[in-house]
Amino acid sequence: MQRIGVFVCWCGSNIAGTVDVKQVAKALENEPGVVYSTDYQYMCSQAGQDMIVNAVKEHRLTGIVVCSCSPRMHEQTFRKTAAKAGLNPYMVEIANIREQCSWVHKDMIVGTEKAIILGKAAVAKVNLNAPLTPGESPVTKRALVIGGGIAGIQTALDIADAGFEVDIVEKKPTIGGKMAQLDKTFPTLDCAACILTPKMVDVAQHEKIRVFSFSEVSEVSGFVGNFEVTIKKKARYVKEDICTGCGACVDKCPVKKVPNEFNLGMDNRKAIYIPFAQAVPKVATIDPNACNMLKAGKCGVCSKVCTAGAIDYTQKDELVTEKYGAIVVATGFEPISMEKFDEYAYSQSKDVITSLEFERLTNAAGPTQGKLLRPSDLKHPEKIVFVQCVGSRCASCAEKGKEYCSKICCMYTAKHAMLTRDKYPDTDVTVFYIDVRTPGKNFDEFYRRATEDYGVKYIKGMVGKIVPEGDKLHVQGSDLIANEQVHIDADLVVLAAAIEPDKSARPLATMLTASMDTNDFFTEAHPKLRPVESPTAGVFLSGACQGPKDIPETVSQAGAAAAKVIGLLAKDKLLGNPCVASSDENMCNGCSSCANVCPYGAITYEDKEFRMPDRTIQVRRIAKVNPAVCQGCGCCTVTCPSGAMDLRGFTNSQIMAEVDAICK
Amino acid sequence: MQVKEFKPLIVAFCCNWCSYAGADLAGNNRADYPADVKIIRLPCSCRVNPMFILKAFQKGADGVILCGCLPGDCHYTSGNYYTRRRMAMLFSMLDFLGIERERTRVEWVSAAEGAKFAATMNDFVATVKALGENKRLEDLRCKK
Ligand SMILES: Cc1cc2nc3c(=O)[nH]c(=O)nc-3n(C[C@H](O)[C@H](O)[C@H](O)COP(=O)(O)OP(=O)(O)OC[C@H]3O[C@@H](n4cnc5c(N)ncnc54)[C@H](O)[C@@H]3O)c2cc1C
Ligand code: SF4
Ligand code: SF4
Ligand code: FES
Repeated sequence: MQRIGVFVCWCGSNIAGTVDVKQVAKALENEPGVVYSTDYQYMCSQAGQDMIVNAVKEHRLTGIVVCSCSPRMHEQTFRKTAAKAGLNPYMVEIANIREQCSWVHKDMIVGTEKAIILGKAAVAKVNLNAPLTPGESPVTKRALVIGGGIAGIQTALDIADAGFEVDIVEKKPTIGGKMAQLDKTFPTLDCAACILTPKMVDVAQHEKIRVFSFSEVSEVSGFVGNFEVTIKKKARYVKEDICTGCGACVDKCPVKKVPNEFNLGMDNRKAIYIPFAQAVPKVATIDPNACNMLKAGKCGVCSKVCTAGAIDYTQKDELVTEKYGAIVVATGFEPISMEKFDEYAYSQSKDVITSLEFERLTNAAGPTQGKLLRPSDLKHPEKIVFVQCVGSRCASCAEKGKEYCSKICCMYTAKHAMLTRDKYPDTDVTVFYIDVRTPGKNFDEFYRRATEDYGVKYIKGMVGKIVPEGDKLHVQGSDLIANEQVHIDADLVVLAAAIEPDKSARPLATMLTASMDTNDFFTEAHPKLRPVESPTAGVFLSGACQGPKDIPETVSQAGAAAAKVIGLLAKDKLLGNPCVASSDENMCNGCSSCANVCPYGAITYEDKEFRMPDRTIQVRRIAKVNPAVCQGCGCCTVTCPSGAMDLRGFTNSQIMAEVDAICK
Repeated sequence: MQVKEFKPLIVAFCCNWCSYAGADLAGNNRADYPADVKIIRLPCSCRVNPMFILKAFQKGADGVILCGCLPGDCHYTSGNYYTRRRMAMLFSMLDFLGIERERTRVEWVSAAEGAKFAATMNDFVATVKALGENKRLEDLRCKK
């Protein structure tokens, strides 16, 4: 049996004005378990708190009910008071007789009556309270960043600069992501490489950062502060620590006609390659599908020319397991495939290209050394048509496009159009658009420069069809403002393809138990207040994996995610919320219902041996809640068909007791 | 003959993060509603087991209202979606048992909607008052 003390607060006249506090204290005196009941002007004051501490000692109290203002106001205060008196802080309950009683009711008799009932409910609950202790778990002071685009790079640098170790896992042979492929960047038009490659070098040289390039995450276990991650280092057939990146092997490799992914297949690379001059790490990689030695055992030239002795044809995929305190997802985006957009003749004509391909065509390090030449005949295009929103904002074409706005295309199309007119003023440039959306700093000014200063023609309307005719592309579109059909014979058409999350995002989300939306973008813990955290504790989001973003937005989010990670890693121990779910192993039937509804993936299953009355051993599957991951919503408790799952601090019997007390 | 005014007994389950905070705000703004409403605080609306509601009716409650965060705003992201589906099930069961639909209600009230909280409670109390006492589900053995 508990020994409960009741403390009714006047809150000056805030409560005492409408509630007869003396009568409340008196009425609660006779409730089961109550051994002491009193009232005081200001319970939360030092004197009030001292009064509670003394009463706990004097009356050997085991539980406390404070009838006062909202628990959202002073629950923490009175929990600390209880702790001071040597009681478990979770032996305190608060009856809210201010916000939910004296302040909303005017009549003294009615208010007093209700305050007594609320007090009785709190007493009934405390009778069933049990001491709770928050779980403690240590924090591994190292972070993992998955994805080495500008998002991952910035997050890693910020975390490392704060003094914590960071590993970057990048699936491609080099870090850099999409930004490494861009030419110039809106809204300031600085060259992407000039601002990105120094950061890549910083990553390579930072003593706190390790880069696992050409690697993928293959398994994740554990929880916030204590993740264990298995990383698969894919065989690149070159010893990374020995290769100097001199490129002698690349020069001599006889296999020359492998489509170059970095230039989106617009030129070729060798079977052994370094994606681009500023790659980090600057290490060669052999493509096993192209290499003669790996396919047929014939050749071996690279190994002969490599003076460092870095080539290793027998290299295998390698698994490494590491521990991390926090994980940042920075897996970025991909433009969607244009194959299904037959009306734009993407697969019929080489001269219909995507905007990312256009970036490579205008990039000095690209397939044409930055000269704008059309892919089919390497002639300079005189008429260029840009089509915006290809596959974006396309509610009716969900099977090939996306319903959402890809956000960056208006701006990069304005950039492409402007740069074309700047470099080749004789070129005729037309942009088809649904809307032009430019809500960033200096964005609208940028767009207006394209139309006003550079004479880019903007036509509001969509392109219906593109038909290759001879060496021209016949573009049929509509001009909604002039209300007429438009026909243009273009030399080059650039499609602003919608963007979507990287294909690997979904399997990764499953491994991390992080949630995603229907478009496979990672979801944030709260859309307004926790935009860089995933609902799964310890998993953070950076960059375009969370939604379409340009570079400035990506970098801000990357920094914000880093700040959250630093805040976590700076702690030595994590104190959990003790009001978490737990399942009674004797009642649980292992049905998985609870794990299916848990938004945080806090529930796992294990096989446990039970000794039966007849001394036989039975093995049963039972649910286990990880208290460090559970956030205490209670969803599982309602779902459990066997009544095995309960929530500490809000148990079924406690809530039932409150219902009883109120309905008496 | 003088008829005693019927004072309904209303149990309100409120999630800690939005609707309970909305009730606090109603208090801060002194937006009054009948004292018949007694609030039980829970972490999330999804903590409400339909059993709690049936228990309240069995013990003599005349109306039960369940409040949570606005759809999409649940502190635990998806809790109130489960609530919505579970309550739809409970409603169809209550329909089947012939219990007036109006005695049970689900409302989404944000932490900023003190006025809405009070208005909702006023409206709910009036509705339950019009229905009269809960006789059908009340377990007479629970009466003293
Ligand atoms: C045509 C075009 C032009 C643009 N022009 C501009 C511009 O002018 N100005 C501007 O501000 N923005 C521009 N952008 C937008 C810019 O590219 C993005 O904002 C930026 O690249 C987002 O960075 P990120 O790191 O989030 O994603 P990404 O650049 O996509 O990087 C993600 C990285 O993660 C890696 N990865 C993916 N999945 C995994 C996995 N499972 N495991 C390990 N690694 C993984 C990828 O290989 C990649 O390296 C443009 C975009 C396009 C398409
Ligand atoms: S083994 Fe031969 S084909 Fe293969 S990468 Fe080396 S040089 Fe090229
Ligand atoms: S729902 Fe209940 S019975 Fe089923 S696994 Fe979870 S705790 Fe066990
Ligand atoms: S926290 Fe309010 S409904 Fe879930």
